[in-house]
Parts: sequence; structure tokens; C-alpha cells
Amino acid sequence: MHRYLRTLARFWSASLAAEMEYPANFVLELLAEVGNLAGSLFVLSLLYGPGQSLGGWSWNAALVVLGFYTLLEGLTSTLFQPNLSTIVTHVQNGTLDFVLLKPIDSQFWLSVRTFSPWGLPGMAMGVGLILVAALRAGAVLGPGTVAAAAVLLLASAAILYSLWFVIAATSIWFVKVWNATEVLRSTLVAGRYPVSVYPAGLRAFFTFVLPVAFLTTVPAEAVLGRASGSWMAASVVVAAACLVISRAIWRYALRFYTSASS
Amino acid sequence: MIIEAELLSKTYRVADKQPGMAGTLRHFVRRRHRDVPAVSGVSFAIAPGEMVGFLGPNGAGKTTTLKMLTGLIHPTAGTVRVVGHDPKRRQAAFLHQITLVMGQKQQLIWDLPPLDSFRVNAAVYGLTPPEARRRISELADMLELGEELTRPVRKLSLGQRMKAELLAALLHRPAVLFLDEPTLGLDVNAQARVRDFLADYNRRTGATVLLTSHYMGDITALCERVLLIHQGRLFYDGRLEGLSERLAPYRLVRLELTVPQPAAAFTGHGEVESLQGNQVCLRVPAAQLTGSVAQLLERFAVVDLEVSDPPIEQIIGGLFERGRVDDSPA
Repeated sequence: MHRYLRTLARFWSASLAAEMEYPANFVLELLAEVGNLAGSLFVLSLLYGPGQSLGGWSWNAALVVLGFYTLLEGLTSTLFQPNLSTIVTHVQNGTLDFVLLKPIDSQFWLSVRTFSPWGLPGMAMGVGLILVAALRAGAVLGPGTVAAAAVLLLASAAILYSLWFVIAATSIWFVKVWNATEVLRSTLVAGRYPVSVYPAGLRAFFTFVLPVAFLTTVPAEAVLGRASGSWMAASVVVAAACLVISRAIWRYALRFYTSASS
Repeated sequence: MIIEAELLSKTYRVADKQPGMAGTLRHFVRRRHRDVPAVSGVSFAIAPGEMVGFLGPNGAGKTTTLKMLTGLIHPTAGTVRVVGHDPKRRQAAFLHQITLVMGQKQQLIWDLPPLDSFRVNAAVYGLTPPEARRRISELADMLELGEELTRPVRKLSLGQRMKAELLAALLHRPAVLFLDEPTLGLDVNAQARVRDFLADYNRRTGATVLLTSHYMGDITALCERVLLIHQGRLFYDGRLEGLSERLAPYRLVRLELTVPQPAAAFTGHGEVESLQGNQVCLRVPAAQLTGSVAQLLERFAVVDLEVSDPPIEQIIGGLFERGRVDDSPA
């Protein structure tokens, strides 16, 4: 365990150092993040007139969902996206060999190898939006609420991670998986809005097939103090299942790995 | 024995695709596959501390064998044991004792100085920072690396990068080194330095080295023993000198004559390799060497005579060019 923590510290300090080689990137990423959030706020403001509610969600409550979405977007830019692209590159270049020959868990290495600080402003904006919107919606942020929200946030991060990692793992068979990541990203955009704004069929899809509901709606409900125990439990169970499945798929994929011929 | 392979085989399933648009469409709709044997029934054993050259033309199955020995590819049949482990299980105890260096692939982080990559590896192998520092400076001395260690990898020359790759791969003091074309693309000086380092490292640490290379110079400089693999089969396993015996059972006889002679004059004494003025070089079957030399000395006025083995590069180069071996496999 100690060795994994030390390795993680090395991974991330090396990644930070590598990113610092390209300072112009920082400004561009920050601008992109601000633009993204402004766009989302604009679309939400079109849906919600003054005093209106949609799918049982008030404007401020819906902003909490958007806050969680922004937070997860930031996490994706910080960890999931950069690591996924590295996995694909490893498969294409055959350098996965080096990873597989290290005496460390390969899924650990591939999942946290790189760390891109450019998603951090997005994560901060997300947290800010959650707090402001929740307070304006009249939520009481007691310790119980905060703890529940934290657990559910961890669960949603685990679900999102598993989805990304499984797609990355399929690159062992398909080598090029960019189309799949685009489909995933555009579907996850659905998580910007409370799942109840969608028609029943889509709602079921986003709950049972692609668990978007667990990503943003369930944690937002927890912050607003109205999450049911059964939804929270379901969220944790789904997260655990996703992690187990991602691990199983990775082990299965490795059996097919014969590495790019040199 | 630190490496043991017994009747090792690997068959690949490859897509069978016809050229052209029609072939592409057909391939997209319905993939057809073919089983291609890459390695068939290869057996050998390597003792601790040996440096063994792994030879063979492109596509002979060298890399596949190397990958089965490191556990990256699972054999279709046969067994492998390396430092007492089954490589394909990739247990930590096994991985701590081996390393793989690939001339055409790199593990160093491109945008950072090599030192940062070394630190990552040190953490992965559980080395304490002082221990890591000690090993880095020791290996850097041997490799003659200095300020290069603090320069981004992308700004290093190919030779410097290769040396840094070696350092990264040896930080955990592996007992077995698998080197796949470690001198690929290097200039003559850099090649020689990498060779010297490997010989030195083997002498100091007693590590076992299995090396593939296209440069015969690497093999002749480093390896007393060679494994020649051809069309997936082990064709030769033994001393390098014996290989020339096996593949080219002849000697080169160089003569300096007092009077130039036409090529026809040497019929029956051997094949004429070259003829320039009064210098002639003949290819004489090893078995008839003494008889031929005696006859030549008797028939011609000889100023000087020299007998030599054909250069190994020439023998193996010829073998690779022809792409086939006339002899039956060992």
C-alpha cells in the first residue's frame, strides 16, 4: 500500500512537471472550462423561466445537478481522459509491454499514471456551484448531508471511471476507440440536467443501462436533503459492481493482448 | 538453468484480407482468419551468467520467443521457466528479476529528464530514495551519463536516450536481461559504447543476457553462444564459431603468386572468390583443405599463403538474404 502511494506521488509529480513544459496550455484550458460552464448555464436559463420548475426541480436545485456535472467533467479532464488516451497509445505503440512487466497492478498504473491539472479549475467551479445553488435552494448542509453527498460523489466518480476504463480496455481488441469515447462523452452530457426532465424511456435508460442518474441526480438530491435511502444504497451497489466489472473486463482483455508486432 | 524452454510453440491467428476495395469490404463484413505458426517446438536452456545471442531473419520468431520468455505472450504449446517462475503468470517475484529493453520502443517520459522516469521506476520497484540515488549514480558512471540525466528526453540524441533506457531498465538489478535490438539505429560509436556497457554489466553482476540484434558486431562482441531461429524453428544452438562450421563448411585461402594466373588455372582446387593480378582468393571445402593447400603450393609459385574462416557476418547475412537454409533443421 505504501509503495502504491509513493508511486502515485511520483506519477503525479512527474505529470505536473511534464504539463508545466507547455504553459500556454494552461490559459487555453482554463478559457475552455469557463466557456463550457457559461454555455451550460445559458441552456439551463432557457429551460427555467422565473419561478418555473422542470421535472419537479427548481432552478437552483437544477443548478446543483449542473454543479455535480461540472465537477465530474473536471475530474474527467484531470484523470480519466488523459489516462485513457495514454492506454490507447500504449496499445498502438506496443509500449503496454513495459507496463505489464512492472511488479505493480497494471490497472492501477494505467488508471492513475497521468494527472492533468487543467481540470482542477472546473472541479473548483463545480464545487462552488453546488454550494451556492444548494444554499439558495434552501438546503441545510449539516454533517450528515455532507457525508452522504461525499459518499455518493465517490460512488459516481467510481461509476464514471469504470465506464471510461472499460472503453479504454476495449482498445486491446479494437486499437482505435476514439469513436466510442465520443459517444460516451456526448451521452454523459445528459447528466447536466436532473434525470426526471427526460421522458420515461430515456429515464430508464439513464438509470439502468448507462447509469447517468447515479452520476449527478442522486448526489444532488443528497445535497438537497431529499435523497431516499434506497437510492443511495443502490448508488453504492452500482458503483461497486461497475468497479468489479471494469476489473474483470481488463483481466479478460489482457488475455487477448498479444502486443503490437514490432 | 535460469531459462528453460521446452517445445515452445506459438501460433498466431491473423486476418486474411484480399487487396483492393472489394477485399476490404469483404474483410469488414466477414473476417477470415488463418493460423500462422510463429514459433514451433523450440527448446533450449540457458545457465546463469551466460550472454546468448538470438539470431534470425525478420519474422523468424525471435521477438515472439522473447515475449513468451517475459510472459507477455502465452505460448500455444510447450513450457517455459525463467528464474524458476512461469513467466505468463507475471508474479511480482518474477518481474522483480527480469527486464526487457526494446530498441524501437521507449519507456522514458518524453517531455521530462530521464531522472524523473528513474524515480517513477524506483518507486514502482519499492526502492528507498537513498538506495535509488546510489544505484542511479552507479549505473550513470558505468554508462558515462552526466548532465544528460537532467535534460528532457526529447532533447537527447538516440545514443544518449538508449543509455538512459538501459539505466531505467536496470535500476531494480534484474538477474535476467532480455534485449531486443538494443543498438538499433545507433551510430558505430554509440553501438560500441552500449556493447562495452553490457559486457561490463554482465561481468560485474553475473546477470544473464539474451540479446537479439541485426548487427552481427553486437553478437560477435558479446555472445559466445548463439541461438539461430529460422521460420520458427531452432536451427542452431551452440558456439558462434561452430555456426560458421555448420553453415559454411569451407575456408578462404588467399594466395599471392609470383606470376598472375587466369581463373581457369584453379579449377579443381576450389571456387574462385576473387582474382586481382597476382592476388587470388579461393573458397576451399574444409575437408579438403590440407590436400588443396599442398597441391596449390606444388603447382604455383607462391609468395604468400593465408587460410581464414569466412567472416560470420557474410555467412549469416547471406543466410538472411536468401531467406532460407539449405540444411535440414537441427
